[in-house]
Amino acid sequence: MPEQLFFTIEVILNGLMAGVLYSLVALGFVLIYKASGIFNYAQGVMALFAAMTLVGIMEGRIPFAHLINAILGTKIHHFGWHVNAVLALILTMGVMLLLAWLVQKVIFKHLVNQEGIILFMATIGLAYFLEGVGDLMWGGDIKMLDVGIPQGLNLWIDETTYNMFDYGFFIDNLDIYATVIAAILVFVLVGFSQYTKQGRAMRAVADDHQAALSVGVSLNFIWIMVWTLAGFVALVAGIVWGTKSGVQFSLSLIALKALPVLMLGGFTSIPGAIVGGLIIGVGEKLFEFAVGPLIGGATENWFAYVLALLFLVFRPQGLFGEKIIERV
Amino acid sequence: MENSETQVPPLLELNNIEVIYNHVILVLRGVSLVVPKGGIVALLGGNGAGKTTTLKSISNLLHSERGEVTKGYISYRGVEIQGSDPSEMVKSGVIQVMEGRHCFEHLTVEENLLTGAYTRKDGKGSIEADLDMVYNYFPRLKDRRKSQAGYTSGGEQQMCALGRALMSKPETILLDEPSMGLAPQLVEQIFEIVKSINENEGVTFLLAEQNTNVALRYAHYGYILESGRVVMDGEAAELRENPDVKEFYLGMSEEGRKSFRDVRSYRRRKRWLS
Repeated sequence: MPEQLFFTIEVILNGLMAGVLYSLVALGFVLIYKASGIFNYAQGVMALFAAMTLVGIMEGRIPFAHLINAILGTKIHHFGWHVNAVLALILTMGVMLLLAWLVQKVIFKHLVNQEGIILFMATIGLAYFLEGVGDLMWGGDIKMLDVGIPQGLNLWIDETTYNMFDYGFFIDNLDIYATVIAAILVFVLVGFSQYTKQGRAMRAVADDHQAALSVGVSLNFIWIMVWTLAGFVALVAGIVWGTKSGVQFSLSLIALKALPVLMLGGFTSIPGAIVGGLIIGVGEKLFEFAVGPLIGGATENWFAYVLALLFLVFRPQGLFGEKIIERV
Repeated sequence: MENSETQVPPLLELNNIEVIYNHVILVLRGVSLVVPKGGIVALLGGNGAGKTTTLKSISNLLHSERGEVTKGYISYRGVEIQGSDPSEMVKSGVIQVMEGRHCFEHLTVEENLLTGAYTRKDGKGSIEADLDMVYNYFPRLKDRRKSQAGYTSGGEQQMCALGRALMSKPETILLDEPSMGLAPQLVEQIFEIVKSINENEGVTFLLAEQNTNVALRYAHYGYILESGRVVMDGEAAELRENPDVKEFYLGMSEEGRKSFRDVRSYRRRKRWLS
């Protein structure tokens, strides 16, 4: 019996760790949605693009090599150098900043005061554009990403638990790192939005664009800032997911997994994104473990969405979403 | 007042401005007005007369609503300002308090006030001092400083919006419809505070109001707008005594108060030149 119990605990722990990964993606959505009311369909592709750029820079690939070769008939692919992970990370952050600036300048500057659905459509366009540009820039092959995060079974936990309970817990090192990274990210983001001048301005913009404009907040600046932050979060998500399963197109589909997380946690809450992710992660794993064998398995594919559906019916603003303040 | 107008160039001047929304909707057709430094100027008129548009053309919040000044010019301290960024206007001392208060609902009252100081770069100390100053004018806000602005009453929100504007250390406040949705007693209180801010801090006010009665009692000078034109202007005291204003805006005539059934349209009887 204790064997069963330990196994359940292990499932829960692994669920928590998987949930952290979902939360990382959901965070990017929340940031942009909160400050600009835009539901950013492109968040997943941004994670993919960030991870591709990071790999590309680290491996010293020449951007748009295929395009250049096709036009000029050359056969260049690599600069022939390798860039240190930290430096590549900083350069990628620069690229994400540039991307944020371009997105604001080219798209959303012209769509101020438009309906939410129009902004949403624009982000769909952005998603496909970015996907294409990513492939064109760095090639469509599956890339390995290794920034030095260790992977595989954590021996120390395995041994300690084995000695204590006669049962070794299987915990992946990458998951531990991801959890720590996510925790730091959330602390930084919450601190930023609650206690700094720009963070306060960001929340003000989220509440009322016009009023923020009237007190002299530059919407342009705030939105570039928010897209940059979302880009950084996408980069972190891209690194963790990319390390886990390689940088490839399917990386952009993790955005779909973030949707139920958002419905659970609420579209406007940073802690909500985290808690929502954890609940989905644990729920998914536990459900598969307990009920899966009875109904033929593969419940992980749909469990999150059904849970989100229930939430939509009974608590549409999510667990931590801002209540819509209505004065009577 | 007349002396200062002729000697010193006015603080704010609108010269024959025309505003078009969405490239097709003509809202202002040649509005000219002058606001002297330290004055309280009232902009009066009914719904759709163009009061709000006039204020927004000065603060240039027009742009985000797809409106633009197509003719005439606006000058502030002698410099033409039409088309400049709203945040530049706030930095140069002109801030608008929008109609319907527009507080940041999910921010606390104090955070609302602090966002007012967004463009300031003169250090934490003086911002703290101004926060105290605002709490001095609006003791209610001090009691509610930790509650979310969305949950405060209408009067408190108006105070919050006005206080937020004060936090930017403005030279001129464009106040849009401060009386909207407030009880008469509160309206009186708000205008009393506007008056004391004007006297003690030397802040110039240009206020748009539908409540002609109250506005003319507190303002020094008034302009009456109708369908995008200035149809009448004068010293507030004069306007109050003007028989047309009495009849059409204050609801009084020689025979005393009239039934609404007998009220005729203002424009049908008289045409004014802008």
